[in-house]
Amino acid sequence: MSNKTISFPHLGKYYIPVEYLLKKVTNLNVSPSPPITKKTIDLGSKYSPDFVCIPFKYNLGNLIESLDNGANILLQAGGGCRYGYYKEIQEVILKDMGYKFDFYTLTEEGKVDLKYIFKTFKKLNQDLSFIKFAHYALLTLLMIDYMDNIDDFIRLNIGFEVNKNDFTNLNKKMLKDFTKCNNFFTLTFNYLKYKRKFKKIKINKPKNPLKVGIIGELYTSMEPFSSYFLETELAKMNIQVKRFTNVSYLLLKKKFKKNKMLKYAKDYITYPIGADGLDNVYRTKKLIHDGYDGIIHIKPFGCTPEIGAMPIIKNICKDYKMPIIYFSFDNQISVEGIKTRLEAFYDMLMMKKGGKQ
Amino acid sequence: MTIGIPKALLYYKYHILWENFFSYLNINTVTSPSTNKEILDVGIKNSIDEACLSLKIYLGHIKYLCGKCDYVLIPRIVSLNKNEKLCTNFSALYDIVKNTYKVKILNYNIDVDKNYDELYAFVSMARELGISRYKAVKAYIYAKEKEKEDETAKIIKQESLIKTNKLKILIAGHDYNIYDEFVGKPIIDYLKKMDVVPITSNICKKIYTDFDYKMISKDLYWTYNKEILSSINHYLKEVDGIILISTFPCGPDSLSNEIVVRKIKNKPIITIIIDELNNSSGLITRLESFVDILKERKGMNLYE
Repeated sequence: MSNKTISFPHLGKYYIPVEYLLKKVTNLNVSPSPPITKKTIDLGSKYSPDFVCIPFKYNLGNLIESLDNGANILLQAGGGCRYGYYKEIQEVILKDMGYKFDFYTLTEEGKVDLKYIFKTFKKLNQDLSFIKFAHYALLTLLMIDYMDNIDDFIRLNIGFEVNKNDFTNLNKKMLKDFTKCNNFFTLTFNYLKYKRKFKKIKINKPKNPLKVGIIGELYTSMEPFSSYFLETELAKMNIQVKRFTNVSYLLLKKKFKKNKMLKYAKDYITYPIGADGLDNVYRTKKLIHDGYDGIIHIKPFGCTPEIGAMPIIKNICKDYKMPIIYFSFDNQISVEGIKTRLEAFYDMLMMKKGGKQ
Repeated sequence: MTIGIPKALLYYKYHILWENFFSYLNINTVTSPSTNKEILDVGIKNSIDEACLSLKIYLGHIKYLCGKCDYVLIPRIVSLNKNEKLCTNFSALYDIVKNTYKVKILNYNIDVDKNYDELYAFVSMARELGISRYKAVKAYIYAKEKEKEDETAKIIKQESLIKTNKLKILIAGHDYNIYDEFVGKPIIDYLKKMDVVPITSNICKKIYTDFDYKMISKDLYWTYNKEILSSINHYLKEVDGIILISTFPCGPDSLSNEIVVRKIKNKPIITIIIDELNNSSGLITRLESFVDILKERKGMNLYE
């Protein structure tokens, strides 16, 4: 059994829970793709169609590097929008390149269904029982939820830490401990323990710090490399960051929020506009209502649902006089250009804030 | 009362249906002219930089209709069949236009996944104009019949074209790209001038369009791209070459064109992507050499 190795593309830190789940429910070798580097995106864009959105190129680069490292089973998430169709094209491209492997997806037609995921895992491991699978799948979901909660807390405070890298180091330690848990009790215990530890980290936060919200497409929001470490840059500028998109939101909470969001933003939007378009319109209004100082909208080049949402977001920001900056990421953007624009945006926010006081 | 119909995007697919529906109910309609430089420039000015060319053209057409009509007909379509989708631009169209111009928009909403079908859309549209349900259903049935007649006539014409002995090229793309004055029309005109028979992918019997795409791609879920792939598979044996037309940067096409190019190996395929800076001489050079290759393959005399 041990000559089979399963691999999957990256999305932020989420490779940790996925690796955990795969190790528990299958008896294959599990190795996530090598970390994303410049080489990954170069490889990905070399073999991708020209104007496909950037997550496709990152995913393809990841998969090629995995296959080069000896993986022979690949796993892709699938999902809504263009994500659902990635698998078939990537399979054809990789087979044309001469690789031999099996390819599976976790979701079918963009719907998250535990039964379908179970069927996929059953193919990987014949002896898997549903109860064992359900136990670990729910545990993984809970782990993702806890991770996201901690991440939200980190984002609010990391810009003001006294000793450098306190938050990141503790986060790494926490994730390591999470993967050792085998039941709900120890996981929750660990979560609460680390939550207390995070709260004890020394920070030097002013009473009224600069607050910025990040909205936009999901891959660029969650994968720091694809947004050229935008959040780290913001932390360096002592800014409190709020981000809505994370996996637990997409998997668990999004479904129940649609009507609430439509009602909240009904002056500007009548129908859901596909993918996260409606969510981002709602978030824009919410951020304005919560007194944030600025909004950063990020997306891959050519992201259709976000392009649909942009005129609406522009209108809202115009009506409420909210500063907003749009970033569109591609494989050949210069980091310096982003930094310059971000600095100008920061200066503008500071001037506006100074005027208020 | 006048209804404005922009001559872009879904107009080319549904104009017979729309025009007959309104004429049966004695409602005036005004259609914008074919895309010209002015409409394109206005559209580019009023849209997001990265939007696809087809959407930019559409917004230009709506600007033309502003002030010339009481309502503008803007279809919002999420899905036309169960478990299928359209490009998200079509579900956002209503809100994009509402946030770009100040026009009154007719409520035309189709989402078969959530049980809002086409009949529902037409009836609710008529109710908004103060027309009874009974009359609206009658008009819809009449218009649907007319649409079917037109479709059969087009298919018969295309089938007769296929039997000719000349060089035949399949032009595969969305209706709104093939027939647009700025996007697909120059290509068709040029091919006709070169004595080549253009076969268009949008005209194909419904029986074929439901299953044939599976020969090329299994997972595809965009309705219009399914139709294109099905008709490529249907006409594959009869034509000498395929031209894939799409606008920059079309989301669904970026993936579905790739799979066509990779899966179909025994026919010459050329992908033409049109953007707003297109210059015709570059296009003609590519088409010319493509036609030459096809002639060479067919054993025809190049200098005839």
